[in-house]
Amino acid sequence: MREGRGPGSWETVLAVLRKDLLLELRGLEVVPAMVLFALATLVVFHFGLNRDTVDGQLAAGVLTVTLLFAAMLGINRLFVAEREQGGFDAFLLAPVDRSTLLVAKAMALFLFLAVLEVIAVPAFGLMLLGAPLGRVLPGLIAMLALGDVALAVIGTLVSAIAVHTRARDLIGPIIGLPLLLPALIALARGVGPLMGGHGSVWPPGRWVLILALYDVVFALLAYAVFDFLLED
Amino acid sequence: MYGRGLRGLAIATVLTITAAFALVFFYAPLDADQGFVQKIFYVHVPLAITALCGFVFGGLLGGLYLRTGDRKWDIRSYVAIHMALIFGVGTLITGGIWAKASWGHWWVWSDPTLTSFLIVMLLFATYQPLRFSIEDPERQSRYASVFAVVAGAFVPLNFIAVRAAQGYVHPRVLTLTGGNLPGSMRLTFLISLVGMALLYVTLWKYEMAAKATRMQVRALRRTLLGEDSVAPLKRSAAPS
Amino acid sequence: MSAFIVAVAPALPLHTAGKYVAGAYVVFLALVLVYVAIMASRLARTERELTELRRDVESRRQVDADREREPVA
Repeated sequence: MREGRGPGSWETVLAVLRKDLLLELRGLEVVPAMVLFALATLVVFHFGLNRDTVDGQLAAGVLTVTLLFAAMLGINRLFVAEREQGGFDAFLLAPVDRSTLLVAKAMALFLFLAVLEVIAVPAFGLMLLGAPLGRVLPGLIAMLALGDVALAVIGTLVSAIAVHTRARDLIGPIIGLPLLLPALIALARGVGPLMGGHGSVWPPGRWVLILALYDVVFALLAYAVFDFLLED
Repeated sequence: MYGRGLRGLAIATVLTITAAFALVFFYAPLDADQGFVQKIFYVHVPLAITALCGFVFGGLLGGLYLRTGDRKWDIRSYVAIHMALIFGVGTLITGGIWAKASWGHWWVWSDPTLTSFLIVMLLFATYQPLRFSIEDPERQSRYASVFAVVAGAFVPLNFIAVRAAQGYVHPRVLTLTGGNLPGSMRLTFLISLVGMALLYVTLWKYEMAAKATRMQVRALRRTLLGEDSVAPLKRSAAPS
Repeated sequence: MSAFIVAVAPALPLHTAGKYVAGAYVVFLALVLVYVAIMASRLARTERELTELRRDVESRRQVDADREREPVA
């Protein structure tokens, strides 16, 4: 479709992704903030629930909420640089498929969330979780990966919408949270049985299915509508 | 243009809803489990179904705007979602009354439909703040339509997720025994549902007619007296 | 109070239940009537706008007619 006219879609995605990752590595603002926020949230939960350890479904809920709050920080910041430094215009002028911006930003957000979880989940295991994490790690990682896809897709979509409104920081979370609720439900309920200590090693199939279905539907939907958000 | 057929529609709505209420109180039998309280079902569930269909309808209309670029689809989508929100508020209030009457609490988490509904309402409640925080009218229509499409697709997914989360743990409170409706109840429910759907369409048309009239008055003023005699609209989804 | 009744039998006695059912239907009616009231005030405003428009057009016509009748000096 665009043979020889400009860079292919995949190259564009990688180029934008590389730019965002480099910016973050040099500036180190977003991911450290997310990590600190997550750790602080764990402390709040300790005091709020007045417990030394949590396990089972309660633990899954605490972990999900903590990750969600930290993700919101990253989501709010996702397109701010583009908006303030004219990145959107540059992207519109370039001979590339516009939805590649969505893919690139979502992948960047996914990677930020992955780094966040590499630090926050073991911290959670040490600080609050009553049951051992070791044996359920593969299942937990699988669920978290699916959940991160949902957070990345919806986060990117919502951030792109919010960045053009007047109430930037407010609109993103209030739209994003209800949209994310089914995914968060599936994530929390899928991870719950893993946090019991003696339970199964894999999350229940039903929740894996729902979360995967959610990811597919919203990834396709976001890809289809993203073009309309970038027109000027 | 929207006024055409509105009177017939309104009459049909009045007749159907009156018939429905008559059936509810004079024909439908008492529920064995919940007794008289169960009669709320005939107003609560049609409100819920109509609201949800209204949200999906609004999503479809928004998609049409994105496809065609014609502003009229965006206004239709706005009105559809606005109406569905009002029906949704009615759903939540009547649901709360039913919960209080049969379970003792104004809100119950154990009914998956009520919880799904709350989530959907939380989402669509952001529609107007989103719209009115975008100043450029064309961008406002575009972003609102994107939202309508995504949110409309969200409705069925949300119900699946919540139903799966709660269906196997708690019994469904706000439903009928075993889920099987005896024939007389089924008829009453269907008439109520049709009446509610007719009410939605009538009000939608009514609202569109009012908006179109206002726009035409402004356009007329603009044509006759020049551009600057027309004061700009403040918070409005209408283009001019 | 109602918790005890619920624990024993889900159905409330008729005289209490009647109030809840009536409440639900009244809520529905109230929503529709509030909407009718809002539309009524909108209609009044449209009527007012049309009257103003008519008055403004008439006065504009008057001004134009007067201007035409003035002798060109």
